[in-house]
Amino acid sequence: MNNIEINRPLRWFAALTAIATFFLLAAGGLVTSHEAGMSVPDWPNSYGYNMFLFPPSKWIGGIFYEHTHRLWATVVASMTTILAVWLWLKDPRKWMKWLGVSAFLLVMAQAVLGGLRVRLKLDNLGAVHGVVGQSFFVLLCAIALFTTGFWRKTLAQNRFNVPASLRALVLTATFLIFCQLVLGATMRAQHAGLSINTFPSAYGKLWPDTSPDAITEYNAHRMESTAYNPITAFQVILQMAHRIGALAIFIFVAFCAAQAWRKLGRNDALTKFALFWLGVIIVQVGLGAATILTDKAADVATIHLLCGALSLVTGALWCIIAFARSAQVRAPQTESFGTFGTFAANKQ
Amino acid sequence: MKVFSFAFLIGVLAATSITRAADITGTITLIGTPPPEVPITDIMSDANCGPMYKETPTTHFYVVGPNGEFGDVVVSLKNGDGSAITGKSTGASAAPVVLDQKGCQYVPQILAAQTGQKIVVRNSDPCVHNVDIIDAAGTTLHNDVQMPNGADLTYTFDKPQLFMKFKCDIHRWMFAWVSLFDNPYYSISDHEGKFVIKDVPPGNYTVVADHRKLGEQTQTVEVGDKNVTVNFTFHVK
Repeated sequence: MNNIEINRPLRWFAALTAIATFFLLAAGGLVTSHEAGMSVPDWPNSYGYNMFLFPPSKWIGGIFYEHTHRLWATVVASMTTILAVWLWLKDPRKWMKWLGVSAFLLVMAQAVLGGLRVRLKLDNLGAVHGVVGQSFFVLLCAIALFTTGFWRKTLAQNRFNVPASLRALVLTATFLIFCQLVLGATMRAQHAGLSINTFPSAYGKLWPDTSPDAITEYNAHRMESTAYNPITAFQVILQMAHRIGALAIFIFVAFCAAQAWRKLGRNDALTKFALFWLGVIIVQVGLGAATILTDKAADVATIHLLCGALSLVTGALWCIIAFARSAQVRAPQTESFGTFGTFAANKQ
Repeated sequence: MKVFSFAFLIGVLAATSITRAADITGTITLIGTPPPEVPITDIMSDANCGPMYKETPTTHFYVVGPNGEFGDVVVSLKNGDGSAITGKSTGASAAPVVLDQKGCQYVPQILAAQTGQKIVVRNSDPCVHNVDIIDAAGTTLHNDVQMPNGADLTYTFDKPQLFMKFKCDIHRWMFAWVSLFDNPYYSISDHEGKFVIKDVPPGNYTVVADHRKLGEQTQTVEVGDKNVTVNFTFHVK
């Protein structure tokens, strides 16, 4: 029996850190959406100032987005450090202590990635930085989940197995979302704006012409004031892959929700979670269309990114809960919990 | 006597080759109606840049005269077989070319220079810019701060390439496109669509006309001791 009591302040702090990270994703998204990633050429200083002493009067143009992103990243890194220490000292579960350490190491790696991108002028690191950032967000949300009463109750209930087929389905959909995220990050790193600026068709077709003459014609008619690269056939295909990925994800997640309803019942928390997930995906598809129809307006593109993060974390948490429940059903008497380590039987 | 005769012969040959160099001139025309330029609305909402304008400036992807005269086309020479003319740069001794940041825009937006030639970037604006230079392969070569009315930044580059990007990340609409050649045989068409490539030695050449939006066209030409005219016509549908 799991008698773990996670103290309330720690639980709230874990949730707050995850929320703060969500806002950090927003700040980072705005940096790329405004093409401001290199607007502060030095790091960790800002225009020669200590970053905490950089006068707000100098936060002009792209500098505003990049500098506030750095400041907020410092906040998140500090919160993550506190969380890691707190978990190490107060959480009785060994695996949770190491999860906290992992979060700390990951946020440090993120900081280094961001710094290297600026210092070494490696623009392509921006995409890696974005993907790692979203992965870090998933980790923090998982940590927050593990501190909740809901998690304790989930482990206590050993009667509601989640069928392996459903778990595999959700895992696949979550993996597809991650691949879609990588695609999106790659697209944004091209700095070529919209490689296809029509929706739902692609230059009037289901599959656009990507011949050299067609690409030349697309570039001839693209009049973008901020995207500095002409588009290429590769980028057109990249966007088509992203569109197809979106369709595949929608179908998968809709099927997951239907299967959850059928196999777990409508009152099961995982069914409600799956329906929420479907709602997020529907909104995300709409945001994807809006990104194209608004000519990649910075705020719309950033909200699209955030919704993508939310869809990834929803799928990931669903998987974690589902696998945990199923593991409990298989081994209800043991305190050992598979890949999640050993629970202490006593209160902290 | 023999030394004098030899020197005289060399002098005659040199003089002959100089007098035999010719210019390649031409006119570039655009047929069709280009898409309308887009307003750069971000400029007007910028606290430093907006006040410099009474009306919203637009992009100038297509510099076209009333009769289709097509400006901002980069015209260069390659060997007759299409290979690049290399090792002929006189950039080290050439006068610097100047790229100015004025009104929060790069002036001129299309520039050409030789490898080894100094490119001077000036900030004539009352606000800071960063000079982010990205080569044609997408590698960031420089990213430097330039304070308002601060010291000029000077760059030289060794590798010829077409449309290397200069941009400001603080003001994301600011771009300039600099093409680099390993020889002095290039020109940019003016607002009347005219270009001149001076002092081309005799030989067979490929004349290359590149526009950032409409791609590339080529023509072969033989240069003797008289000026040669090569015209290009671009189409936009």
